[in-house]
Parts: sequence; structure tokens; C-alpha cells
Amino acid sequence: MVIYGVALLAGCMLVGLIIGDVLGQLLGIDANLGGVGIAMLLLIFVTGYLKDRGKLPETTESGINFWNAMYIPIVVAMAASQNVAAAFSGGMVAILAGVLAVVLGLALVPVLTGRKVDDASPLDSTPTAHSGH
Amino acid sequence: MNDSIVSLVDKYHLIAAFAVIGLTMYVAYWLSRHLTAGRLHGSAIAIIIGLILAYVGGASTGGSKGLSDVTLFSGLGLMGGGMLRDLAIIATAYGVRLQEVKKAGLRGVIALFLGVLVSFVAGAVVAIGFGYTDPVDITTIAAGAVTYIVGPVTGATLGASSEVIALSIAAGLVKSILTMIATPMTAKLIGLDNPRSAMIFGGLIGTTSGVAAGLAATDARLVPYGAMTATFYTGLGILLAPTVLFLAVRAIF
Repeated sequence: MVIYGVALLAGCMLVGLIIGDVLGQLLGIDANLGGVGIAMLLLIFVTGYLKDRGKLPETTESGINFWNAMYIPIVVAMAASQNVAAAFSGGMVAILAGVLAVVLGLALVPVLTGRKVDDASPLDSTPTAHSGH
Repeated sequence: MNDSIVSLVDKYHLIAAFAVIGLTMYVAYWLSRHLTAGRLHGSAIAIIIGLILAYVGGASTGGSKGLSDVTLFSGLGLMGGGMLRDLAIIATAYGVRLQEVKKAGLRGVIALFLGVLVSFVAGAVVAIGFGYTDPVDITTIAAGAVTYIVGPVTGATLGASSEVIALSIAAGLVKSILTMIATPMTAKLIGLDNPRSAMIFGGLIGTTSGVAAGLAATDARLVPYGAMTATFYTGLGILLAPTVLFLAVRAIF
């Protein structure tokens, strides 16, 4: 059933967020430390385990894949609810600080990635994914 | 008649948001195909349209949630809010190659620490350049350049003034919005086309919404790798900014 996939996803999310919350509390910070990342790893492990045992039927998968496919539309809705007006009204200090942080961050990506080796090869292009790139 | 339609749309706000975003996606992909011959990704255009709508909505209502402050579009706030966004991010992990995560793991962690540090220093340098001398002010603005959540949390911890906290939020918002737009444009230049560089990118930039949208506009298959490291970034920033980094700033000033 589709709901099994959605419930599995929701379960991983809740467990991940709880772990992230506990990690935050242990470190004495008022934030969730990597809950979403932990949930992602959980989902990878649990679905991998179930798949190996043939216990992940297509309908269950489609419950996860639906939310996977909703990702970009959700991100567009997120973009549309950003406080863009405030970003521009913050003045030059805010704009320059933000711009400099992004420029330096992007510039460091190739530095840390290092030279191209086999394990940094591009993903194979799949016809179903995106065209034009 | 008009009133009843408005109140109906308001009542079913999430459903209205699905329809609005669906239409936006259609327009964006149409523009991508016919105006840019596919060179600019449909999702990149959709995100830019979203940001423009957010600006219009925010400027006209004076609210803080972009277009979702307009009654008719209030469902966008739920659809694009943290809860569903995180659920969708986690769902993208389905099908991730675990070996890729393991291989880039250490570099990802290095990228995280370096990313927080570099953004903080960038913000601090700009703050000092604009004549700020109080370590609390400098740290708060610098923390804002980490993410728009680290800024106000740090400012509140250190007791910064509300103007400086507002400034730090604005700095973080600029970072997040610029990341959404600049990532697809610079992806080729910085080699952002494989899981390893995506994990490093997520660690270096860190602002979840920026990374999420930037990678979506570049290549959706890279999203889980970037998101996985970025999700630790804000927490790390909140851990470091008001403590170690503040002490460092105070030692200098």
C-alpha cells in the first residue's frame, strides 16, 4: 500500500529529528543538529534492507517516490515564501556580507573537491531526469 | 461572488497552492523550452519566478513570508514550509548511492567547518569595513552570513540590538537567495556535477533553502548529496558562532 511508503518516510523523518534534537541538547544548542541528514541515512538503510529481502513492493515505493517528485514544486513554493523584500532592504552591509559568503563558498568547491578522479565522475545522464544540461 | 471565491480559496489554501505552483512550473518549463532552448533549466526559472513573486508579495503586504502573506496564496507557506520541505528532501535520499556518501564523507565534514568559518569571516570583514567595532555587532552580522537562523540566534545569545539582528537576518537571506540563483549559473565552472562536489557544496554553502533550491535548479539528482551535509550546517553555526568564533572576534577587537 502507498501509505506504507509514506509512513516509512514519515517514521524516518521523526526518528531522525528526535536524534538531531537530542544531539542539539547534548551540545547545549537550541537547534536540531542534522536531524534531516540522519533521517536521510535512515531511509537509505531501511529501504536498502527491505529491498534486499524483497519486502519493498512497487506500491510502497511509490509512496516515497511521490514526495521525491514533489521536491522541486515544494522548493518553488519555498522560494515564493522567502522574505525577499527584507533581504533587499537590509542595506549594503547585509547584501555585501551575503554576496561575499556565497562567492567564497562557491570558489572553494573545486578546491575541496580536488582533481577529477573516478569517484568524482558525473552521474550518468538518465533520459527521464533532466534535459538540456 | 468574488468574496465567496476568495474565502473558498483561502479555506482550501494548500490545494490552491498546489494549483498555483503547478501553473508556475508549467509556465517556467514552457519558457525554458521556447525562450532559452533548454539552456536555462525549467526549475531554475520556476525558482526565479517564485522569488520575484515573493518580492512582490512581501513589498505589497509588508509581511515576512513573501507571496504567502497574500491571503489568496497563504497555502504556499505550508507547501513550502519547513515540514513538507524536509519531508521531500528526505524522500530524495531514496535511491542515493551510499558508496558516494561514504567516499565524500570526510571532505564533507571538512567542508562543513570550513564553510561556517569562511562565511563568518566574510560577514565579519564586511561588518568591520562598514565601521562596526563592537565584537557583539560584528559577531552577529558575521553569524548572519552563515545562515539567517544562525544570525538571530547568535545575536539573541550575545544580546545584540534588534537593528543588528535584523541586519544579520537580511545578510543570511541575501546569501540564501543568491545561492538559489548563482548555483545553476556557476555549476559548470566549479565542477558541480557529481555527488562528491555536491556534498562539498552543501557543506560550504550550508544555508538549507539556498542549497535545496540551487541544486534543484542545477541537477535534481545532486539534491540528496548536498542536502545531507547542509543539514548539519546551521546547527554547527549555532554551536560555533556565539562561542569559539565570538571569543576569537573579541580577542581581536
